[in-house]
Amino acid sequence: MAEVKNILLVGVGGQGTILASKILSEGLMDVGYDVKMSEIHGMSQRGGSVTTQVRFGKEVYSPIIGKGQADILVAFETMEALRWLDHLNPYGKIVVNDYQIPSAPILTGKKDYPEGVIERIKAKVDTTVLDAANIAERLGNAKTMNIVLLGALVKAIGLEAINWEDIIKKNVKEKFIDMNIKALKTGMDSL
Amino acid sequence: MKKLLTGNEAVARGAFEAGITFAAAYPGTPSTEILENIAPYKKEITAEWAPNEKVALESAIGASIAGARALAAMKQVGVNVAADPLFSFAYTGVNGGIVLVSADEPGIHSSQNEQDNRMYAKFAKVPMLEPSNSQEAKDMVKIAVETSEKYDTLVLLRMTTRICHSKSLVELKEREEVGKKDYIKNPQKYATTPAYARGMRVNIERRLKTLVDASNESELNYFEWHDKKIGIISSGVAYQHAKEVFGDRASYLKLGFTFPLPMKKIQKFAAQVETLYVIEEVEPYIEEQIKAAGIACIGKEKIPNIGELNADIIAKVLLGEERPVIECDASDVVSRPPTLCAGCPHRGFFYELSKKKNVMVTGDIGCYGLGVADPLNTVDTIICMGASISAGHGAQKAFNRHNTNTRVVSVIGDSTFFHTGINSLLDVSYNRSNTVSVILDNRITGMTGHQENPGSGYTLQGMPTKDIDIPNLCKAMGIENVKVVNPLKLNEVKTTLNWALELDEPSVIVTRWPCVLKKHSEIDIEEFGDYKGLCSVDVDQCIGCKKCIKTGCPALQFDKKSKKVKIDKIQCIGCEVCVQVCPVNAINKVGE
Repeated sequence: MAEVKNILLVGVGGQGTILASKILSEGLMDVGYDVKMSEIHGMSQRGGSVTTQVRFGKEVYSPIIGKGQADILVAFETMEALRWLDHLNPYGKIVVNDYQIPSAPILTGKKDYPEGVIERIKAKVDTTVLDAANIAERLGNAKTMNIVLLGALVKAIGLEAINWEDIIKKNVKEKFIDMNIKALKTGMDSL
Repeated sequence: MKKLLTGNEAVARGAFEAGITFAAAYPGTPSTEILENIAPYKKEITAEWAPNEKVALESAIGASIAGARALAAMKQVGVNVAADPLFSFAYTGVNGGIVLVSADEPGIHSSQNEQDNRMYAKFAKVPMLEPSNSQEAKDMVKIAVETSEKYDTLVLLRMTTRICHSKSLVELKEREEVGKKDYIKNPQKYATTPAYARGMRVNIERRLKTLVDASNESELNYFEWHDKKIGIISSGVAYQHAKEVFGDRASYLKLGFTFPLPMKKIQKFAAQVETLYVIEEVEPYIEEQIKAAGIACIGKEKIPNIGELNADIIAKVLLGEERPVIECDASDVVSRPPTLCAGCPHRGFFYELSKKKNVMVTGDIGCYGLGVADPLNTVDTIICMGASISAGHGAQKAFNRHNTNTRVVSVIGDSTFFHTGINSLLDVSYNRSNTVSVILDNRITGMTGHQENPGSGYTLQGMPTKDIDIPNLCKAMGIENVKVVNPLKLNEVKTTLNWALELDEPSVIVTRWPCVLKKHSEIDIEEFGDYKGLCSVDVDQCIGCKKCIKTGCPALQFDKKSKKVKIDKIQCIGCEVCVQVCPVNAINKVGE
């Protein structure tokens, strides 16, 4: 099944991982791939960890990406990158957003946010670090952070040829289309 | 045309294509999106949120008996609530075709248990179909409805989280308009009096025999011949995991019609393969029946019956294969549990309740279950929908009889109160209890993502409707002590809790404030106004006592170095709970 590619997106509820995965999956479908996308939501809406998994190729069976299987891991939040690193293929790539969202035990002062996460990951695997929040803010809307990261992912995995503008047009409200297309392009150029 | 659909979206499309005209459900993860995606077919289908799953199934049963094609959908534990009509309706049979969708949750992502509802098909003796992707989910709705009409029985469509919430490609078709069958009065068929039921009981066994033939002949149960050293029998998402691991290295008997099992096909398959594996998630439902038929197979002695299955587990236990992983120290990664949102109206209430001593708090199913977690640590028990009030009543009676002066406070949401809390409150009233029942009315069904309910003023398909008055409903049920409070005003909450705990009679406190994530309707804005301004910490005033941190608001962070609290401007909505908690007035509202 080597021809099936595995993309794992991890983040925190409210960061827009699901919309990014949806746009990604529809783009892959449009160019003729078999695609499966799996997500866990429910309680995770309330500030918990969110993962979406996108698998594509000629024919995809299981919707779930196993340990050591992801060809690319996109972490929308820094600590989540470390939490899910064991799912990345040792020869895979990781895109890490340099953006920290402290979880409840950190907020209450019971635990500390782990230090040196990005350095630890860089020492192990092909790593791209992005300050997507800053990039999105400079583009005029911090909420497009997810699309900036999607752009970086598209570049990292070599899917630039897909007509992403069309897919974005279908998935976001009209007044946000231009902003999101700009975010995607900036994300692609940041690699 | 092909579309990328989740299993739930595919079931909704299947309902449309199959000519279904009535659908009902109670929201519950992972089933909620089925009815949400049926709702837009307003012209073709009447789609409704029922107050609970029993009512949803019963209304679908009524539509079927009247001659319409019908569907009811619910999460796995919802079928427990609907079990009563399910078992009787299995006796009477149908008029219009009817499908019951059960969305199970291996792995317990957002539920209270991991029950395997395939057992219900065998228990109630109704046929069952199990899709393994979205295309099958859509197609099987139509097959289920046709099977229902042909064999005069409800059909169970059993899904799991990874089918419900995974997207895969689906070929869409046109709707088949079938109209409504005639309704002919026939109590011998539809009235389960003992005399008639005994006849129905005999019919069920006769029906089961014809269903065995149907399962053996069904195209949903098919062989995939490759290498015959290993043979795999599997269904649902487990089949996809098995294919992922074995590919063409094994032969498969893929099962889609899983009750009754196609034992002839199973025997034929078993006879031709050297080693037979049964790969299924959670219980050994298929395996036990195969072994009972005297066929040797390997199943749960190797494959775990706890938790979600995946390809990694199968590869490890059956082939001893494991992929290399990146070794990296992640021991300091901190857990990320779900929390009540910043501005959640439940926070202020729980904060005040957490200060009460000698109180047992019986909780219920909903966001407010998070009241069990640190730092609020308020809720003692969570059993099932509605149990807060009735389990609370039983606990209070036990405390009272044994002269223990512990008081019970039962905590339930508005939608859960409508679901089964009403019956429980009748118990409190009727049996002379003295519990404090708190109805956390956030004007919507929160946890499952904002579904309308009998108290919200709108139907699933957007029609304005009766808005059930909770305080007056409680009074009508004999509760004389009823008060409505604003849960964001801590003094009001505290005084009212003290008032209720002083009483030696039952009381109801309704905390009325909309869910912070809810899009406010015009009526909401009129009653509650809009949020204005944010809360801000004056760092010179802050003494680092962490009192505000004890509210568990995710917008507040204690900075260990400066020993001060800071407030995240993006998350804060200015609910002012922290302002009221601060003992030195270091938190203020700004930007109003």
